[in-house]
Amino acid sequence: MTAQRLSWLLVLPLTLVLALFLVLPLLTIVVVSFWDYNEWSFFPAFILGNYEYVLTSNVTWATYLKTLKFTLLTWGFCTVIGFTVAYFLAFHVRSLTWQIALFMLCTIPFWTSNIIRMISWIPFLGRNGIANSMLLDMGVIDAPLEWLLFSDFAVVLAFIHLYALFMVVPIFNTMMRIDKSLIEAARDGGASGFQVLTNVILPLTKPGVMIGSIFVVTLVMGDFITVRFMSGGQSASVGRIISNEIALLQYPAAAANAVVLLAAVILMIAIMLRFVDIRKEL
Amino acid sequence: MEPRSRSFYLLAAFFGCFVLFLYGPIITIGILSFQGPGGGLTFPMNGVSLHWFYNLFEQQAVGDFWGSFRRSLILGLMVMVTTVALSMMGGLAFRNRFAGANLLFYLVISSLVIPSILISLGVGLIFNIVDWEVHWSTSGFGAQLTWTLPFGILIMFAVFNRFDKAYEEAARDLGASWWQTIRHVVLPIIAPSLIGVALFGFTLSYDEFARTLLTSGSRNTLPLEIFGMTTNVTTPVLYALGTLTTVFSLLIILTFLCVAYWLRRRSQRHGSDAGQGMI
Repeated sequence: MTAQRLSWLLVLPLTLVLALFLVLPLLTIVVVSFWDYNEWSFFPAFILGNYEYVLTSNVTWATYLKTLKFTLLTWGFCTVIGFTVAYFLAFHVRSLTWQIALFMLCTIPFWTSNIIRMISWIPFLGRNGIANSMLLDMGVIDAPLEWLLFSDFAVVLAFIHLYALFMVVPIFNTMMRIDKSLIEAARDGGASGFQVLTNVILPLTKPGVMIGSIFVVTLVMGDFITVRFMSGGQSASVGRIISNEIALLQYPAAAANAVVLLAAVILMIAIMLRFVDIRKEL
Repeated sequence: MEPRSRSFYLLAAFFGCFVLFLYGPIITIGILSFQGPGGGLTFPMNGVSLHWFYNLFEQQAVGDFWGSFRRSLILGLMVMVTTVALSMMGGLAFRNRFAGANLLFYLVISSLVIPSILISLGVGLIFNIVDWEVHWSTSGFGAQLTWTLPFGILIMFAVFNRFDKAYEEAARDLGASWWQTIRHVVLPIIAPSLIGVALFGFTLSYDEFARTLLTSGSRNTLPLEIFGMTTNVTTPVLYALGTLTTVFSLLIILTFLCVAYWLRRRSQRHGSDAGQGMI
């Protein structure tokens, strides 16, 4: 058996799974987005009405704007937090054992349930929650803040809570591979700590930031559950429109929306990929 | 060693706040799940009791909690075994160039970054069109694999990028077949990483929500069941459930990490025969 045949044989199951549960579903969505539907079923046709509705509706544009707002805010905070945490771990913690231990501490929540991590904000942000009682006791506010839970603020907070580690991990990974002698060279050349950070570490960490950004952006763009739960059903996102249309059995409309969402996400990833070669970073 | 700079303490404080931010809320519901029988969803504690945990074991109180837990457990194990096997095979294959390798790599990446709701919708549509019933062990299983496999493959990429091929060449020079080389040389060396892949496979499946939503059918997995509860359960029993499943997750993570650590120690012990040769 040649090496090529052996490789093909080895990736056959993987290819099958991806063909059946990734490629085929996407093709189906594209096809169904041209189908027609009524209250109880959807059927083959070739109409552009679904797209016409998506692209001309004011709701769509407003929702995309809102989703983009969530994405930008989450991305901004996650990048700053992710960079700072990774920088501390990679350059200020001195022993490898401690680095690994603290890194694990940051990643463990990734392996627990997102739903429960959302629920866990209720006692903190609720009307009688910890945040409000603390602020009341300190005399900062006179009446409990209503916008802490079930608001856009809560949505962004939960996004950062859920997805900050998607930034920490790739940034930490790239930082650990920066040759320490480069930093020594910069110091010997008379650079201050801040100059080392901006002229040496930051440029070399860019691939990690980009990989983290791809994660955060795609996760937030496609999200429907965090927005629904943390906004108490009051805020919209593209994912929520799709999931509502699915609940109403308007599959072709949901499919058209999904295709538009996919195009938007691919566009954003394409832009970010210009800055990084993923295969080199593993 | 240089003394700690002031920025170290500032950054350490920031890191501390981040960890508190990560763990604070979950610790809060951990405490609140021990609310007294009359207590509510927020502080103050109205006495301390196991009332809400007992509540979980009464069938009618919280729906089909044990059924969904059992389903999630079985599904998690199915996804875990499949992810480990397919990732290992994929990782081995990608070490050689083969036609279509690039395309497949980009498919794997797409699978990771595609919005989950699209997988959910697409798989649901296919089953709808061909008139099959969606079920957690078929459509749900496949949909979850599109989420766990990319993590497995990327981990294997990272592992094999650092793998020293000299070990394999040595084995082959001594007459080992392809399979013997994999079984006795490659596998023991990468075993700790495979445990890591298994950890990803199981936990990501066990907690998966968006890709399972439209693909699990009428019988819910645990995350779906919990999400359903958030709309109609307004007692700390929700916290008790959250605490219980989080403790379960933590135990799983701890077990996997211990096994990985043990395997690494073991391979270090058996990997060297320094000092044992005959002079």
